[in-house]
Amino acid sequence: MIRSRQVTAIASTVLVCSMAMAALLLRKVDEAPPAASLQQMLYISSPKLLKRLCLGYEGLLADIYWTRTVQYFGSKHRQGGGTYKLLWPLLNITTQLDPHLIPAYEFGGTFLIAKQPQGAGDPGKAIELVQYGTQMNPNDWHLFYDLAFIYYDQKDYRHAADAFLRGSQLPNAHPFLKIMAAQMAQHGGDLKTARMMWSATYQTTHDKMIQANAAAHLRAIQVDEDVAAIEQLVQTYRHRTGHFPQTFSEMVSSNFIHGIPLDPLGHPYRLEAGGRVIVSDPDDLPFLNQGLPSGYVSKAVPKLSTAN
Amino acid sequence: MACTDRAIYSFESLLIIFLRCFPAMLAINILGLEKIYNVGFWRKRAKRALWPLNLRVEEGEIFGFLGPNGAGKTTTLKLLMGLVFPSGGSARILGMELDDPRMKAQIGFLPEQPYFYDHLTARELLRYYGQLSGVDAKQLSSKVDAVLEQVKLIDSANVQLRKFSKGMLQRAGIAQAILHDPKVVFLDEPMSGLDPMGRREVRNLIEDLKTHGKTVFFSTHILSDAEALCDRVAIIHQGELRGIGAVAELTASVHGKVEIVWQTAVVPAGIRSMGAECHSAGDSTRVILPEENQDAALEALRREHLRLISVVPVRTSLEDYFVAQLGTSAKSEAVSSRTLHPATGDGQVIKR
Amino acid sequence: MNARILHIATNTFREAVRDRVLYNLIAFALLMSAAAVLVGQISIHIEKLVVINLGLTAVSLFGIVIAVFIGIGLVSKEIDKRTLYTVLSRPVRRWEFIAGKFLGLAGTLVVNTFFMAIGVFAALAYVSHHLESADLGVLVALYFIVLQFVMITALALLFSSFSTPIFSAIFAFWLFVIGSFAQDLRNFAAMAHGITRFLATAAAYLVPNFSALNVISQVAHGEPVPHRLILLNTTYVLVYSAAVLSGAVLIFERRNLK
Repeated sequence: MIRSRQVTAIASTVLVCSMAMAALLLRKVDEAPPAASLQQMLYISSPKLLKRLCLGYEGLLADIYWTRTVQYFGSKHRQGGGTYKLLWPLLNITTQLDPHLIPAYEFGGTFLIAKQPQGAGDPGKAIELVQYGTQMNPNDWHLFYDLAFIYYDQKDYRHAADAFLRGSQLPNAHPFLKIMAAQMAQHGGDLKTARMMWSATYQTTHDKMIQANAAAHLRAIQVDEDVAAIEQLVQTYRHRTGHFPQTFSEMVSSNFIHGIPLDPLGHPYRLEAGGRVIVSDPDDLPFLNQGLPSGYVSKAVPKLSTAN
Repeated sequence: MACTDRAIYSFESLLIIFLRCFPAMLAINILGLEKIYNVGFWRKRAKRALWPLNLRVEEGEIFGFLGPNGAGKTTTLKLLMGLVFPSGGSARILGMELDDPRMKAQIGFLPEQPYFYDHLTARELLRYYGQLSGVDAKQLSSKVDAVLEQVKLIDSANVQLRKFSKGMLQRAGIAQAILHDPKVVFLDEPMSGLDPMGRREVRNLIEDLKTHGKTVFFSTHILSDAEALCDRVAIIHQGELRGIGAVAELTASVHGKVEIVWQTAVVPAGIRSMGAECHSAGDSTRVILPEENQDAALEALRREHLRLISVVPVRTSLEDYFVAQLGTSAKSEAVSSRTLHPATGDGQVIKR
Repeated sequence: MNARILHIATNTFREAVRDRVLYNLIAFALLMSAAAVLVGQISIHIEKLVVINLGLTAVSLFGIVIAVFIGIGLVSKEIDKRTLYTVLSRPVRRWEFIAGKFLGLAGTLVVNTFFMAIGVFAALAYVSHHLESADLGVLVALYFIVLQFVMITALALLFSSFSTPIFSAIFAFWLFVIGSFAQDLRNFAAMAHGITRFLATAAAYLVPNFSALNVISQVAHGEPVPHRLILLNTTYVLVYSAAVLSGAVLIFERRNLK
């Protein structure tokens, strides 16, 4: 015969143990998500239908979808990247539900244009997204900046300049918009322009991932410049001595240069045959145009480290 | 052989004396049971529902628990049923604790103004309760029918309870309380809402229960019912026990009066001087006088040569006693020294 | 002891049925028939999709409403009507009462779902003219929906043991809504910092996880549900319901029934 006190003891024990077990099981359920199909992730893939169904609570739903977008991108990125198939639909739904969710446009602008496996590699959708954003938020200069950026990335310098100009005319526009408009029109393809663009992004964004992305690009630009300058020195050395240097130490000992040149991460550059300058760790420096070892194929998605 | 007879006789006497020292098991034994509710938003204010209660009920008694509405009768019953937990004190029913399932199998309870599962029929209701009480499945049907007969609901056995009248519901309630043949039956206001016919039937049922050796503990604020049925009563007011004892004891001792009836309409001077009202009807006259004036009145009649018809003691009704008790303030001394019937052993009133 | 729980469960079931709760099946049947007929006429290659989505969502929503509306009254109604007094004056322990009520309502919902399942499959057969093995996925989705009912019933019973019907309904409804976004809540919590993160994580794990039990769209597209998920969900619901019911028992055991 169970007395009341025993019942209390048993019930309390069951309560505590069960809740603990439940929490553990939830972690397991989270860890093993099935291959998220489009429908499962979004449940309802039509933004219009979703808008009608959510009974006026679009703001909240937009926030939820935005959170899912960030989570989706972050976890996929950690797992090694991919096609990011769902990035556009998620962003589309988010911005349809709440057109004033500015961070979504910036995020989309950056990671929709990034080539796979870094991003979705779909510039057309990126332009569509941000243009919709500028329509819905005609007085926000940030969106014109984002739009310009996309055009710049696609080497469409005329449209980029155009976007910068329109943005610069808005209230409270950052002064560099005007500067960039001019720069873009004349020197669209220059490295200097690229550096200005990425520095601007790095300074104005609040999103950590976008910041890391910009920093990586700046490092790449630095490397490109460094490599060009060092190769120039190597050519000069060759003219003077008649042969290519084997190592940098050779150049240092003959007082041609003061020390072994280091890349932005602090690792020394190396010399390849034929006077080519390469970086020691190409995996750590994404977005390089110069300085890659011959025959190098980038394998995994390099980490976007926040270290500068 | 006389030797053996004497030995057996002595042994029997010793046994009887031995047993007399240990009274029969109490049906209900309440020791200092009290209840304080914590009310208010922060549950800080204390509201006293029951002062420490001491009460004993013998097996086979019909015990009445009287008091006006809100006196604490239902609280006491709920404490005994384990529906509400005591703030102090304890109680035992049939010698067992209040949460003992073995004890619960031997008691029945009818709550105040019961209202049952709407969509069950009377028979289904009783079957359900029977199952919960652990009545053997083979005997269940016959027991259900028997008890339905007893409460005169056998004709409505298959009617849904939501179609029952108040009186029928009350009887169904009694049925579920006695279905499993309990030793002690607790009834909370069993006559409430019944017409005189219904009340008569319930009274008969209660008397029937006593005949079968059951103990009945019922609460009511209808004094005439208590007067007619109960062996003993307890009176409770504002959570405090105010009096306990056999009905006769309680009513006899307070303002006893006599009714004297004599022939002819003449009122003797001696009686007129007592100042009591005399009623003449036809050929006789009646007067009600205090007991102590009885001898003087009879003397007056004898002197006038008036023919005495009857001298009848008029007992105070329980109602008078009740009103007298509750009319006094809580600190009344008049009641404090009442001790009664030695066999029950107690009857003291608990003062605050 | 077990017999009493079963008797209480049977009585709860009988009460629900006689309270005409199963009449909701009529409304459901009408809905499914109308949908099937309409969709059958349009023939845009997504008939199955619509029938499964609509059917399963209806099963889920109808059931949740029933679970909440009956669940919130399971204890409070018995107290109001004082039927509880006559029950507890018998050798019935308070925890047995809770267990019996839970099984009774859960059983009612299982029966209800069974009939609705027939309706869904009938509509499905009507629009697609034959059933494939992939349609067995619908059974899995229905099973998960029943698991949802079990959790909601336990929660409604918990609230019923100490709260009035109105508040019980509100709490239960909100827990269902929040629980449906439980995954997102855990995401939010992962992105927060400091004390907020701790509180959010605690909330995210306390809230019943309804999101993992919703495989309707998956099944509608004919995708298989992994066995591991079935096992995990079953265990989770059993464990979570046990916790909630223990809470209900703890509260009910010491409640003064005024």
